Amino acid sequence: MAATDYLRKRFMPHIWCPGCGHGIVLNSLLRAIEKLGMEKNDVVMVSGIGCSSRIQGYTDFHTLHTLHGRALAFATGVKLAKPEVNVLVPMGDGDALAIGGNHFIHAARRNIDITAIIMNNSTYGMTGGQYSPTTACGDLASTAPYGTVGKPFDVVALARAAGATYIARTTTYHARAMTRILTDAIKHHGFSVVEILSQCPTYYGRENDRGDAVEMMEWYRDNTVAIKPDESGPINSACNGEEAPLPIGVFVNRSEPEYCDSYAKLVREKVLS
Amino acid sequence: MSAPTRYAERKAEPNIRFLQGNEVCAEAAIYAGMRFFAGYPITPSTEIAERLSERLPQVGGTFIQMEDEIASLAAVIGASLTGLKSMTATSGPGFSLMQETLGYAIMTEVPCVIVDVQRGGPSTGLPTHSSQGDVMQVRWGTHGDHSIVCLTASNHQDLFEMVIDAFNIAETFRTPVVVLIDEVVAHMREQVRMPEEGEIALTERLVTAVPRDVDYHPYFPREDGRLPMSNFGGDHRYNVTGLVHDMWGFPSNKPNVADELIHHLIHKIENRKRMLVRHKEYNVDGAEIVLISYGATARSARHIMENRRAVGMAVGMIELQTLWPFPNELIRERCKDADYIVVVEMNMGQMVHQVEAAVDRPHRVFLSNRVDGAMITPNNIKNLIRVIQGKGV
Repeated sequence: MAATDYLRKRFMPHIWCPGCGHGIVLNSLLRAIEKLGMEKNDVVMVSGIGCSSRIQGYTDFHTLHTLHGRALAFATGVKLAKPEVNVLVPMGDGDALAIGGNHFIHAARRNIDITAIIMNNSTYGMTGGQYSPTTACGDLASTAPYGTVGKPFDVVALARAAGATYIARTTTYHARAMTRILTDAIKHHGFSVVEILSQCPTYYGRENDRGDAVEMMEWYRDNTVAIKPDESGPINSACNGEEAPLPIGVFVNRSEPEYCDSYAKLVREKVLS
Repeated sequence: MSAPTRYAERKAEPNIRFLQGNEVCAEAAIYAGMRFFAGYPITPSTEIAERLSERLPQVGGTFIQMEDEIASLAAVIGASLTGLKSMTATSGPGFSLMQETLGYAIMTEVPCVIVDVQRGGPSTGLPTHSSQGDVMQVRWGTHGDHSIVCLTASNHQDLFEMVIDAFNIAETFRTPVVVLIDEVVAHMREQVRMPEEGEIALTERLVTAVPRDVDYHPYFPREDGRLPMSNFGGDHRYNVTGLVHDMWGFPSNKPNVADELIHHLIHKIENRKRMLVRHKEYNVDGAEIVLISYGATARSARHIMENRRAVGMAVGMIELQTLWPFPNELIRERCKDADYIVVVEMNMGQMVHQVEAAVDRPHRVFLSNRVDGAMITPNNIKNLIRVIQGKGV
């Protein structure tokens, strides 16, 4: 099946702005699913609210468009009730880490077999460019006219501390690597987190003088550095104006008991025996 | 009220159990076929989760304790979509947190049951004491125009049936149903006869007959108005969204689509009141005074009704078991000849306004209430009746 066959064209045209990085994520995601040889009926996609969360509507899978921040909680119900399905949860940075932050760390802690894709554009695009939990200190936003106060989350460090068993970071510039990472993340049996830096030229880019979409993607090219496994690093977390190159790659990939398996095993051993 | 001898008589019967109201909720849900529960600990509902964590794995079901009440109801909706009868249980503060998600279940027409064990509020309030302060939150807590089904009970035998009814209604109408009880019923222990398998009819989900991979419309009603479901993640791919949507489940901004959807969500409940209203009546014909109550306070109301009838007063009583949709027609008809109507509830007056709106001559309606966390006693009601009749306390 060609990657484009997974598209649900009835939903087109999409709502994303010209230059938005989310289309590149959709492209890489469908190519990963194609590479894995998955049927449309094999995939359940659960999303929340925001620009990124509209990605589920454009795919011809089992699609559940839920509430802001709550996608992982809905997905947990789906996965526990029907462990045989592949559950993908695309989210934005505000969706996953602000309003949904609690669900994110708990899904990671459980190591439930869900693929969480965080499309991080450091802004709330759908509501017009407010600062998010990943907006760098000092960056401008429509609710930060004098600059953002407070440190941004480092998604990799957060996911690692919470217990996710597959953690990777990539960018829309690195589209081919993104496909490889998403393929591995979907294959991974456990909670996998893929952070994808995705440009928002309309709000974040314009508010912070980052140029157009191409310039923003070139910034990803010039300000990232591939890591060896088990390295990590902060995203501009120091408020000193210095920007360290952002590590990208696969940070964690280890095997641990998965939640649905563990529950089933517990019931077999303690209840049914 | 049960006399002490009745237990001795009935303990020889099979299937008699001595249970707490919360345990009755758990057992009745399992009887109804509930196989997925997600919840979060909160007084005074926690025993429901505790019992189900033990019982569900024994019957092939799944229990999970989520990170909060929002996640609990979200997981319940996700599980229900895949085909499992699903439930959560909480109390006022948790129920407040669930409101947005409750609206999602209404909008997406996903069957589920939410038990709300009321405690004193607002805020943390009186966690271990009783209240009936959530009646209006059930009706209007989530934003936007909608309807909701809400059932309650004053004793454990009725509660067992109401919980099963809640699942039957949820599956029939593709809607969330709230079982609203109070701390007194939840924590009180009394005997309950467990029905035999098959004794109470269960409604199973109406599953679409559309073959696999043929287009299935999740929001296309049959001639009888019911919407057949397809287990999410199974034979048919479709979209579910909290946005206004068409019969495909795809978002729409069209005025006619929005108008039809909102009317459908409300009419499917309000136009079927006759199927949804459950109540009990005692001595209403010829009654000069009609007491209206529900939940634990109905026990006090019934007690004082019998007590006053023994001294020759014409007192009758209506016990509401369906709180929403509110049985306007029933109340108007059954109260039309009464001199006084006394609504007995543990709040500052919530159902009383519905009663006032339902009856003619609303100046006949009085409120017997308490909000101190304690039960309304039969004497509290008796004293109000004396005041209404100009006899002083």
